Amino acid sequence: MISRDQSVIVEISIRVMVPVIQIFAFYVIFHGHYSPGGGFQGGALLAGSVLLQRVVLGQQLSQAGFACKLAVPLGALGVMIYLGTGLLAYIQGGNFLQYDEIPLPFDAHTLRNIGILLVEVGVAFAVMATLISIFDDLSGGQSEDDSESLDEVGEETMT
Amino acid sequence: MRKGLKALLITMGLLMMYAGTGLPHFGDPQAPAATHVSPHYITNAYHDAHTPNIVTVMIADYRSFDTFGEIVVVFTAGMACFLLLRAVRGHRKVKADD
Repeated sequence: MISRDQSVIVEISIRVMVPVIQIFAFYVIFHGHYSPGGGFQGGALLAGSVLLQRVVLGQQLSQAGFACKLAVPLGALGVMIYLGTGLLAYIQGGNFLQYDEIPLPFDAHTLRNIGILLVEVGVAFAVMATLISIFDDLSGGQSEDDSESLDEVGEETMT
Repeated sequence: MRKGLKALLITMGLLMMYAGTGLPHFGDPQAPAATHVSPHYITNAYHDAHTPNIVTVMIADYRSFDTFGEIVVVFTAGMACFLLLRAVRGHRKVKADD
């Protein structure tokens, strides 16, 4: 269980850093077609931004940014996006993950481009969620007792 | 029995070392791996997927099955941590209540 260690400087600086890291993470994911990057790297950056909040704000306050219980479903969703892209092509009569069989009105080359993008998004979700999930597991996650004290912490921050 | 096993292991190790000398040098342009598949990927990657980054085409298109395996491994590792660590914590809590 990571508790909150109040420090004005650190809290103000992550307020600036976290959005920048997340924007850069999306850039890495979606610009992976044209520059080094892709799902694994972008997902790790996204996870890093959430873990920064976890470490600085503590487990309770950072739930507003990314709740603990979201991690495993999001990881499963990422794997399902990947699997779904493959199965979509399979159902249409192609091979598993043969992107040019995806039923969208584009030519084969553009479809492969889109297929790569879909797969990278799936990878990013899975990597991000898995990293956060493992961190939460190791740090204790949020137990029922902690959620009750969430209001008290909120009041402390107000005053 | 134990002596024979040791001799067998050493013989296998020496055989592997001898076989290793026959492998092409690292980065050899005349190696079989570099003369068949790699030129095909390099010449066709942009034409096939309209994506300038060859590495992306490689990992997400030509070898997407491999990447699918990787992502399943990553997710399985996360699930293993989830099941092991959280299940243990829940069990301890029940015990503490008794």
